[in-house]
This record gives sequence, structure tokens and C-alpha cells, in this order.
Amino acid sequence: MTTARIPLLHRYANPAAFGRLSAQILPWTAGASAILLGLGLYFGLFASPPDYQQGNTVRIMYVHVPAAIMSEVVYGLMAAAAAAGIIWKHALADLFVKAAAPLGAAFTFVCLVAGSLWGKPMWGAWWVWDARLTSELVLFFLYLGYLALVDAFDDPQRGLRAGAILVLVGVVDLPIIKFSVDWWNTLHQPASLITMSGPKMDKSMLLPLFLMIGGFTTFFITMVLMRLESELLARRIRAWRTAAGEE
Amino acid sequence: MNDFQTFFAMGGYGAYVWPAYGLTALAFIAMLGWTVTTLKARRREEQGLSAAGRARRGRREAKS
Repeated sequence: MTTARIPLLHRYANPAAFGRLSAQILPWTAGASAILLGLGLYFGLFASPPDYQQGNTVRIMYVHVPAAIMSEVVYGLMAAAAAAGIIWKHALADLFVKAAAPLGAAFTFVCLVAGSLWGKPMWGAWWVWDARLTSELVLFFLYLGYLALVDAFDDPQRGLRAGAILVLVGVVDLPIIKFSVDWWNTLHQPASLITMSGPKMDKSMLLPLFLMIGGFTTFFITMVLMRLESELLARRIRAWRTAAGEE
Repeated sequence: MNDFQTFFAMGGYGAYVWPAYGLTALAFIAMLGWTVTTLKARRREEQGLSAAGRARRGRREAKS
């Protein structure tokens, strides 16, 4: 079972084979992303009501929450890939971590700044050092730390390995972010989407939120496939250069 | 105020809502632009290097 799966995965470590595979997937994820984001913007900005307490600032939720979800999901995927890279030494797993990191950092930045723009009118402060905000800021620094570390070695393979270890150590931050609103008293509101009793939100607001979450997710898949192909090409380019230099 | 102005005012919260959406749009454009230009440049470079590599191999085989 495992032995049959590994050669198949290794085939896609070849940039040409991977490029063909991703060329088949990309039009669908890119198209889905454009449609979902377009519909999400329409429902989020026009066809949904203002909140009875928060007025129109609630519309910030439709970019803040999907960005927050992506910041955690992308990091979780990176951690899983980092573990797979260390255990099975698969080149694609290591490169996935590197390909996804800048995207995760961008989503985290959007989450923090959009949250800040929501906090000012609703809480009266751009920033408070409470558990949810601080742990999300730590996540942002984990992404930046990874990006600095992965390119800090002459040997790219060592950079990938050091980065993978950092990502795995940092994974403790994910449950802290998720449960920070339950474990500590925070200004940030508790979960209203994933709760034991289902979403605590009206359908008119759930629709744009889910559309945007879908749009962000498919956008990420599109970007990460292209970035993975870029990383595979970079490795191939280094190999050609080494071959040319040896003659 | 017409509908257009009401929409942009966002009930007085336009100064918070629009920058949040603007920043998100910028982040998406930056990710897309950077990713696509890098991929295109690397494809071009790899094609050039692999053509040169094949040419070297061809010369080597012709000599021997």
C-alpha cells in the first residue's frame, strides 16, 4: 500500500509531471475562486443586512474571518507537510511548506489589520494585548521566522529542514489561538461559527461568510500549486547550473 | 444623499470597512502577481538551461 503510493508521489516531484497535473486542476480552482469571491463581495457588501449592534462594521467579518481561518489552516497544512518531509523525506512535502508560507503570512497580516480596523470602532482600540490577538500575532512572527530561516543556509536542503523543525515547534500556537477565547477573558468575541450547537449567526450573514471562505480556500489552492511548480523548477535550475559548472 | 453615497458611507463606518477590503484586495493582487511572475521567469530560465544542457550532451556525444 505505502510502497505503491510513494513512487506515484515521487513522479510528481518532476516539474514537468507536476506542471501537467496542476495545469489540469488550476483552471477549476482559479475559476471557482473568482466566482466565489465575486459572489462573496456582492452578498457581503450589498445583499446582507448591517448587524443590529455593530452596524456596517460587521462587513469587515467577511474578510477578517476567512483570513483568520486560512492563517490557521495553512499553518496546520505546513506542519503536516513538515512532519511528512522529516519522516518520509519526500521532496514535495518540504517544498510545499516553503510554497505555502508566504501565503499564510499574507492571510495572517490581512486578519490582523482587518481585525484592527474592526476593533477601533467597536472596542475603541486598534490593538489590545489579549490572548486571541497576541497568539495570532505570534503566528505571524512564526511565518516570518520560517521565511527568514528557510533562505538563511547555503544548502537549500538544510534551510528546508531547519524551517520544518521551526514550523513543527510553532504548531503549539494553533490550539492556543483557537481556545484563547475560552481559556482567558478577552475582548475578542468567542467562536460563533464552529460551536457545539451550530453557527450562531443569521443565514443572511452566513452566506457571504461561507462564499468568502470558499473563495479564499480555492485562491490558496491555486496559488500554492503554482508556487510548488516554481519551487520544483528552482531545484531543477540549480541542478542544471551544477551540471554546467562541473564541465 | 443618493444611494451611491449611502453605500460608500457604510453607516458612518466607511473609514474602517473600505480600508479592510482594500488591504485584502491588495494582498490578493500581490500574492497573484508575485506567484505568476516568479513561475513564468522560472519556466523560461529552466527551458534555457535544459536546452543548453542537451546541447552540451549532444556535443560530447558527437566528439566521442
